[in-house]
Amino acid sequence: MATKQTRTLARLMMAPAVILLLIWMIVPLSMTIWYSFQNYNLLNPMTRGFAGFFNYEYFYTDPAFFQAISNTLILVLGVLAITVIGGILLALLLDQPIFGQGIVRILIISPFFVMPPVAALVWKNMIMHPGYGVLADISRFFGLQPVDWFAQFPLTSIIIIVAWQWLPFATLILLTALQSLDEEQKEAAEMDGANFLNRFWYLTLPHLARAITVVILIQTIFLLAVYAEILVTTNGGPGYASTNLAFLIYRTALLSYDVGGASAGGVIAVILANIVAIFLMRAVGRNLDR
Amino acid sequence: MARSISTRRKIIVTLAAWGVAFVIFFPILYMLITSLKTEAEAIAGISLIPSFTFENYVEVQTQRDYFKPFLNSVIISVGSTLVALLIAVPAAWSMAFSPTRRTKDILMWMLSTKMMPAVGVLVPLFLIFRDTGLLDTRVGLTLVLTLVNLPIVVWMLYTYFREIPGEILEAARMDGASLAGEIIYVLTPMAVPGIASTMLLNIILAWNEAFWTLRLTTSSAAPLTAFIASFSSPQGLFWAKLSAASTLAIAPILIMGWFSQRQLVRGLTFGAVK
Repeated sequence: MATKQTRTLARLMMAPAVILLLIWMIVPLSMTIWYSFQNYNLLNPMTRGFAGFFNYEYFYTDPAFFQAISNTLILVLGVLAITVIGGILLALLLDQPIFGQGIVRILIISPFFVMPPVAALVWKNMIMHPGYGVLADISRFFGLQPVDWFAQFPLTSIIIIVAWQWLPFATLILLTALQSLDEEQKEAAEMDGANFLNRFWYLTLPHLARAITVVILIQTIFLLAVYAEILVTTNGGPGYASTNLAFLIYRTALLSYDVGGASAGGVIAVILANIVAIFLMRAVGRNLDR
Repeated sequence: MARSISTRRKIIVTLAAWGVAFVIFFPILYMLITSLKTEAEAIAGISLIPSFTFENYVEVQTQRDYFKPFLNSVIISVGSTLVALLIAVPAAWSMAFSPTRRTKDILMWMLSTKMMPAVGVLVPLFLIFRDTGLLDTRVGLTLVLTLVNLPIVVWMLYTYFREIPGEILEAARMDGASLAGEIIYVLTPMAVPGIASTMLLNIILAWNEAFWTLRLTTSSAAPLTAFIASFSSPQGLFWAKLSAASTLAIAPILIMGWFSQRQLVRGLTFGAVK
């Protein structure tokens, strides 16, 4: 009797969260799918009708689409490479005895708490500006021609900014994982004459494997959706040089008022994200059983 | 002898670590320095010593009405966090203390809603907001951020609650505590630290959210993310003012972040790394 009561109570306590998330997931997503098969432009809302796969075809045959997909992949992979490798190196550095370790940690973690528009504008204006930026000043000091970052290397510039924001995250998580490595194991390996590289390769790296997986998967979710950094720096340009999929959909939706086309792009983005999600869920789910 | 070698090594490692930390922190430091310069100084080449003027901070308020977006940020981030906690605490509680066979599936499903890219539902949400008059309102944005962060809040609370030992509950029951008594006197005090860190992390996430806050507001409900983004137009050089506004916008969250480093690891990895 008591257990039945408890079970009912438990269900009631869970209900609001489950119902809200269910609505949040199903209603907008089914609307997106519905719109993606509709001919619907906010500029002439009178000419609405069933469009079949026209929106997908339109989105798929647009050269900007392939550029956006490849930009998305380059952005995600570039940032992942920088943050994972840099994060491992930084974590190894910070794991050693240092004077003022607490302050160093605080300085290194800080970029993660900077909101994306601030991060992007500070880099764009104060660091990378071809006339007045710090990098331009340094170039001139060495007698070199300053680089016009956002005109010459738009995507690379965005990769640098986003990597700066995520490097602290990778470092912090890898450092936390590193600190749980058994001291005795390390000492034993040292006694057995394993040098630093051997210890890193056979002991540290396998120990970090799970944390690295988690870093890669979580960052990928956020990196697929990079938006504000592009909006305030290059606005996707020059041309489509720094437009990723998220930004292309935004352009189609709110600049061309093309509801149908943007929805088709949205469905494609959801499918891509789901492929990543399946891997993440497996990794986290396995973890839950421990 | 061995001691002196290890001291020397410690000094070298320290220098390397401080060097790297300086480079990584430099953009933030330079922003702070620039905010204390005059506009003319701000574009006059590298200089780490400003004239320590506070006029930018004054002008950001008097000319651009900084306080309004700041207040919006506070209301939206704190509001969405409190609403999310109100919904998530009971849910996480029941999943942690009376789990069923389906609890794990429900948790995984909740997490999966977090994977849905925002652009995938931008169009319908924009149209719904436009038709219901929620566009550019604090209520609308609070609602969206509540839903966006709800899965993380449930997960974090769940990982904290799960660590509260069940034996304590049994002991309380033996002593004749009622269910209400159990919750008020035994569980709540043990759950407070977990709830507090969840709250802190969620405020940080909501404060820095920069997709919905930019797309669903125009002016009256615009929080700091949108306010700062409005500085991106190329006309005129106002870097000192931009820096002052940016410094004010990130300072509270930076300080909160410094205090919640460990909870951050746990919260953002869904308990996978502690």
